[in-house]
Amino acid sequence: MKFGVVVFPGSNCDRDMAWVTQGLLGQTTRMVWHEESDISDIDVMVVPGGFSYGDYLRCGAIARFSPVMKATIDHANRGKPVLGVCNGFQVLTEVGLLPGALMRNRDLHFICDRASLKVENNSSIWTREYQSGQVITVPIAHGEGCYYAEPDVIQQLEDQGQVLFRYCNPQGDANQGSNPNGSLNNIAGIRNQQGNVPRHDAPPRARRRRSHWGHRWFGGV
Amino acid sequence: MNVLESAPFSPEEIASQGIKPNEYEEIVTRLGRHPNKAELGMFGVMWSEHCCYKNSRPLLSQFPTTGPRVLVGPGENAGVVDMGDGIRLAFKIESHNHPSAVEPFQGAATGVGGILRDIFTMGARPIAVLNSLRFGNLDDARTKRLFQGVVAGISHYGNCVGVATVGGEVYFDPAYSGNPLVNAMAMGLMETDEIVKSGAKGIGNPVLYVGSTTGRDGMGGASFASAELSKESIDDRPAVQVGDPFLEKSLIEACLEAFKTGAVVAAQDMGAAGLTCSTAEMAAKGGVGILLDLDKIPARETGMVPYEYLLSESQERMLFVAEKGREQELIDIFHRWELQAVVAGEVLAEPIVRIMFQGAVAAEVPALALSDDTPIYKRDLMASPPPYATEAWAWTEDQLPACDVQGIAGQTWNQVMTTLLDTPTIASKRWVYSQYDHQVQNNTVIFPGGADAAVVRVRPQANATSATDFTLPATEIGVAATTDCNPRYVYLNPLEGAKMAVAEAARNLSCVGAEPIAVTDNLNFGSPEKPIGYWQLANACAGIAEACREFATPVTGGNVSLYNETLDAEGNPQPIYPTPVIGMVGRVENIRKVVGQAWAEAGDRIYLLGLPPGVVSPALTLGASEYLAQCHGTIAGQPPQVDFDLERRVQAVCRHGIQEGWIKSAHDSSEGGLALAIAESCIAAGRGATITLEAGEARLDHLLFAEGGARILVSVRDGAAWEAYARAELGDRARFIGTVGDLGAPLTIATGTQILVNLPVEQMAHTWGTAIERRLQ
Repeated sequence: MKFGVVVFPGSNCDRDMAWVTQGLLGQTTRMVWHEESDISDIDVMVVPGGFSYGDYLRCGAIARFSPVMKATIDHANRGKPVLGVCNGFQVLTEVGLLPGALMRNRDLHFICDRASLKVENNSSIWTREYQSGQVITVPIAHGEGCYYAEPDVIQQLEDQGQVLFRYCNPQGDANQGSNPNGSLNNIAGIRNQQGNVPRHDAPPRARRRRSHWGHRWFGGV
Repeated sequence: MNVLESAPFSPEEIASQGIKPNEYEEIVTRLGRHPNKAELGMFGVMWSEHCCYKNSRPLLSQFPTTGPRVLVGPGENAGVVDMGDGIRLAFKIESHNHPSAVEPFQGAATGVGGILRDIFTMGARPIAVLNSLRFGNLDDARTKRLFQGVVAGISHYGNCVGVATVGGEVYFDPAYSGNPLVNAMAMGLMETDEIVKSGAKGIGNPVLYVGSTTGRDGMGGASFASAELSKESIDDRPAVQVGDPFLEKSLIEACLEAFKTGAVVAAQDMGAAGLTCSTAEMAAKGGVGILLDLDKIPARETGMVPYEYLLSESQERMLFVAEKGREQELIDIFHRWELQAVVAGEVLAEPIVRIMFQGAVAAEVPALALSDDTPIYKRDLMASPPPYATEAWAWTEDQLPACDVQGIAGQTWNQVMTTLLDTPTIASKRWVYSQYDHQVQNNTVIFPGGADAAVVRVRPQANATSATDFTLPATEIGVAATTDCNPRYVYLNPLEGAKMAVAEAARNLSCVGAEPIAVTDNLNFGSPEKPIGYWQLANACAGIAEACREFATPVTGGNVSLYNETLDAEGNPQPIYPTPVIGMVGRVENIRKVVGQAWAEAGDRIYLLGLPPGVVSPALTLGASEYLAQCHGTIAGQPPQVDFDLERRVQAVCRHGIQEGWIKSAHDSSEGGLALAIAESCIAAGRGATITLEAGEARLDHLLFAEGGARILVSVRDGAAWEAYARAELGDRARFIGTVGDLGAPLTIATGTQILVNLPVEQMAHTWGTAIERRLQ
């Protein structure tokens, strides 16, 4: 399986992602420059975290116009997997591959920490090596990680099992106390209706998960 | 006729460039004529302390700067050391104190940007940043604003540029109310085969300007940084630069890519004094000249005059000397990253800096006059220590109220402990570091707050846009880093205090199992023109030099920030505490073997390495202690003296014990003494401990809170092997003092059968964990 990791000016987790896909998962990985439009060799496209275009205007708002994102939309429309992490998720909402938006954190500060997430749905390709209800710990690092969508959209995400992860406490309870950034319904990760596009993380940069000990990052991909 | 009288400038104009009358005469001597306005400005910034170290250079020359691991010592943009296994680490510390006092957000942000450029100019990819910060009393509204602004600025820049902020220190003391200290240290891994130097070479080679555009921001920042702050300093806001971390991130990638082509002969970042400094230094270091045409410089504003171009401190800019004929190759790389890149001049045989503007020579100055052959002031040291020091040294512990097992002056020991845990300098800095991305790049082995030093995995980085190789490296080497300085010690005794700053840095590295390697120093002092200021500076430098020799940790570079004084409403200068911050890096043989400060398991045996409980000596004292300052409002006494032999032995034992796997946690005893070190290990683990200390001849507050003594608190699992080793190496300088308790168990500290301290860990954690946040609400 071949991974493509998008490189925008300002991406700063592109290497981190490649360390996971190639270094830990042992999959061929190609760094894809934002001006490229031919990604036909890629099986899984990953839009990594960072500050594409300096987050100018709005997170992900400029990156959406890049040639590589047009190609990525086509890639997704052909049913191929696309993963967006952190800033990458913001880009995926900007281009309309995923619903909703990410807003400034509830307390207006950047947060860097480790958060507990509950696996809500393990039927997707992104989560199928987890147990449903399993609590995992992932690093988070974001200033705009507060997931928001209109109430009917949230309802649809919940009804159709599109919520993959929810912020929770170590015991697995998702409540306001275990919600680091104010995301609606404690949502930390979603997928699209077809299931090939997840936003993994309310910027939980899942790939950072203590990989220096060689732990598996995230199954299924 | 007097040179000054014939000058085409008024004395006020000359003074406004930061130039003293005798320096003006020197300028005229060197040029053989009067300077024009642009040249005067160039001399003003280049002859500032910030750029030429005219007060500190004779003192800095005593530092040890060489060693088997030192690849690049002082004089380049950053020091470089050999970590083994082909890994070379570039590192450096720098201050941004004055800008941060006026505009905390941008001041701190551009401080981070500046130190990162020093690293990648060498051909190294920045991997981590540490910050050493000093503020006034956190109950003061202005201090709160400065503190929040500085943290937000560091967070903004460091997070966006994608370099992990992994550690540092924050102190609060009224001595810094008007003049906070913002020192940033960065580390990077060399990516190029050759270390990129700054000396221009090759007559006729093109000079490239790359990065961002030039505007009027940050005009004359270097002279501003070398003057005392006053109420009017707020009007100097244009002297504060504005940073763009997004551009810097692209600049990192583009520069590293450019260096790898082999077409870059020399590189210099534009920091203080912008174009002036970079051209002068590149020319002087290469023994050549540089011609620079200002009409070629990409400007972000119209109507700029040479003076403004030359003194602008616009951020995210660099100057390259390129191999002739290969300039387009480099320009293409920068354009791909959407950055400016133009040929703006060339290397000259004649050692001058010649500036062209609109077809005419706008300035022409011998390169050496600007950057090497600069004024040096040798000052006389006071014959005897100043009265403030001798008065403070007269203090003895007898002057404290009597104490017993119940407590002191109506306070129980539990209450005293709680007061200290609630002191912002001692309390958790979580509010600060949770706003910094300390995980990006995925190499952070120990998170902030987890241990006495930061530990980062080192692995060669791949080029993100060309062929990639992200296979896991064989090496398990890590780099540990710390910044340290207890400024109250230095204030009360600059020589001993500076020695202790180095000793504590080495001890902190040893507490994670790292071998201390090398030092970068940031000397933050008041005015050296005042006898006391110079006495502090000279003694502190002597202390650093001595201690760096003792620990075999050479100094590979650093930064000097003088004139850190605030004028009060009556116009009296109030100097800061002299603060020589020591940034030290160490080598971790195996990142899987590092330990933190948290106890590991119930039943683990706790040992105190260093001077044992009950000892009273000049090396272990309440003088200059946090306890004395916070609980008795007294700033007095002699700070603890450093016993180099004991420090080295204790640190070596700690490192070996960690390597062997015997030691499960290690934490040094610093501010707050032994009792606070124990409490912090409890809080970090959520576990209690049962401790018994023999009081011997010591007062009970001395027993609990005395500082110094080369002490490290360790918890150990495999008792017998450790016991035999520690006994052989340290004798009675390793004492069993107690046992780690269960999760949720309290901390008890007893002497004999009497319990002095009995506190639930949760309660301590709450006080310690929320002390800063509560004061900000």
